[in-house]
Amino acid sequence: MPELKCTRESCGKALVELGKRNHNVVVLSADLAGSTKADEFAKTFPGRFFNMGVAEANMINTAAGLAVSGKIPFATTFAIFASGRAWEQVRNTVAYSGLNVKTIATHGGISVGPDGASHQGIEDIALMRLIPGMTVLVPADAVQTPKAIFASAEYYGPVYIRLARLKIPVVTKDTDSFIIGKSQVLKEGTDVTIIACGTMVAAALSAAEVLLKDNINATVINAYSIKPLDTETIIFWARKTGVVVTAEEHLLAGGLGSAVAETLSPHRIPIEMVAIKDRFGQSGEPDELLKEYHLTDYDIVEAARRVRVRAS
Amino acid sequence: MSLPSDDRIEFLRAKAKRIRQHIIRMLGRAGSGHPGGSLSAVEILVSLYFHKLRINPEDPTWPDRDRFLMSKGHAAPVWYATLAEAGFFPLSELNHLRKLGSILQGHPDMKRTPGVEMSSGSLGQGLSVANGIALAGKIDKTSYRVYVLIGDGECQEGQIWEAAMAGAHYKLDNLCAILDFNGFQIDGAIESVMSPLPFAEKFSAFGWNVITVDGHNIKEIIQALERAETVKNKPTIIIARTIKGKGVSFMENRYEWHGKAPDPQQTEQALKELQ
Repeated sequence: MPELKCTRESCGKALVELGKRNHNVVVLSADLAGSTKADEFAKTFPGRFFNMGVAEANMINTAAGLAVSGKIPFATTFAIFASGRAWEQVRNTVAYSGLNVKTIATHGGISVGPDGASHQGIEDIALMRLIPGMTVLVPADAVQTPKAIFASAEYYGPVYIRLARLKIPVVTKDTDSFIIGKSQVLKEGTDVTIIACGTMVAAALSAAEVLLKDNINATVINAYSIKPLDTETIIFWARKTGVVVTAEEHLLAGGLGSAVAETLSPHRIPIEMVAIKDRFGQSGEPDELLKEYHLTDYDIVEAARRVRVRAS
Repeated sequence: MSLPSDDRIEFLRAKAKRIRQHIIRMLGRAGSGHPGGSLSAVEILVSLYFHKLRINPEDPTWPDRDRFLMSKGHAAPVWYATLAEAGFFPLSELNHLRKLGSILQGHPDMKRTPGVEMSSGSLGQGLSVANGIALAGKIDKTSYRVYVLIGDGECQEGQIWEAAMAGAHYKLDNLCAILDFNGFQIDGAIESVMSPLPFAEKFSAFGWNVITVDGHNIKEIIQALERAETVKNKPTIIIARTIKGKGVSFMENRYEWHGKAPDPQQTEQALKELQ
């Protein structure tokens, strides 16, 4: 079993590290610094940390003002509020002018758990992805998370980084590269391409193991950069394997699966999408919810079998 | 305090008149846009751009410049006319307001227009942005001041009050908001649509220094701007009582002229009145 680690915690440490490297980095929080782990930065750099209270819209626009003044602001809150409550602020003030505002959205997906539907951001990838010029990153584990944060600081422009709440398996290595607009082929196979992001990457890897027992050899792609999407790699492996499964802890509409379908639509390649079907979340333990909403390795295995039948 | 001489005030009044003429001409030519809230803010922008702001039109992004933002972005025509008069771009650009490919968009776009510090148009966001610029100024211990024009109808947006809270919380005494209190919004009088009144008491309760002025009296505006600079540990808001459509008889205090351009005949009549 791979080691379980919390992406939020590695994010908190990465922000401190980034703050040491670059004095222009500032962090904003909307009263959830303990939950988003932005509190580590607050302790280390109190003069560069701003708690904006329960006011996400104001936080994003304050970040915009800091960004036009040469700062590199990281605004932190839960995915549902970062993408939903402050959507129009990101759209009209940040992205329209290409401002250098980074949003770190923790508590993405349904595995947020007992807090229930109001706190489970399951539409955030779609909301952010459809804004022109946005960059949307979904790191797969606690090793990739700091790399996403450092890469976003190096890049000039608006970036949305989505993290999970719970501890998730470490599936990447320290030495793996992280480049905005690229993806990572974790396993090469010939029979089906599984494209996953975030928490679902580990599930995709374990699905690939199960499939191998049936002599189905899967390629597994960690699509950590949802936008820009690594279309080159995706088209290459989709054509090579002939069928595709996507997997994400997000609504079916507008997420990674949609982005892959947009990319592959000229190529006549069957796709099955493992995602939440037009339905809100609810309270429950993360494992129970992932099962209830068909977001497990088993669901990926089933999808792979279905898509292969469709292609034959 | 640097208060202008009487001669200087006369010069500023003449500027205001020219800017009003530009506003009418450019809106008449564009065929759409917002005259009422542009004409109400003329003296405010004239006082800032031709007296108060430390700016250099030759170097619009000079790091130590004072910043002016327009949160009520629909009043873009008065900003554009003022920037052109101040030399940020040629007056001839005003002919292309709202046309395809123009540097002068229907609402301010910082990527297209020299001197426009921040894009706006969606109401309620500019005060927060101004807070952010003022915070950056505090971090860097710079001397620039931040000015932001907000609308009275705009104060119906909850985010204005989020920003009011934050500006006071972070003691942004390098920030000065100016409220163009013309009393009307697109659907009617602000009190009949959804009253945001009283302004002075509200901002005061939120922890701001409040100054009230006649928003068409340049001397009063300038005095208020100077006084604002001396107040420490809190932001200032200058509540400028203005007349919507000021200077054009048939537009004054008529909410119907919030977002409608004059036709050629009305343009001619308005320009005659503004001679």
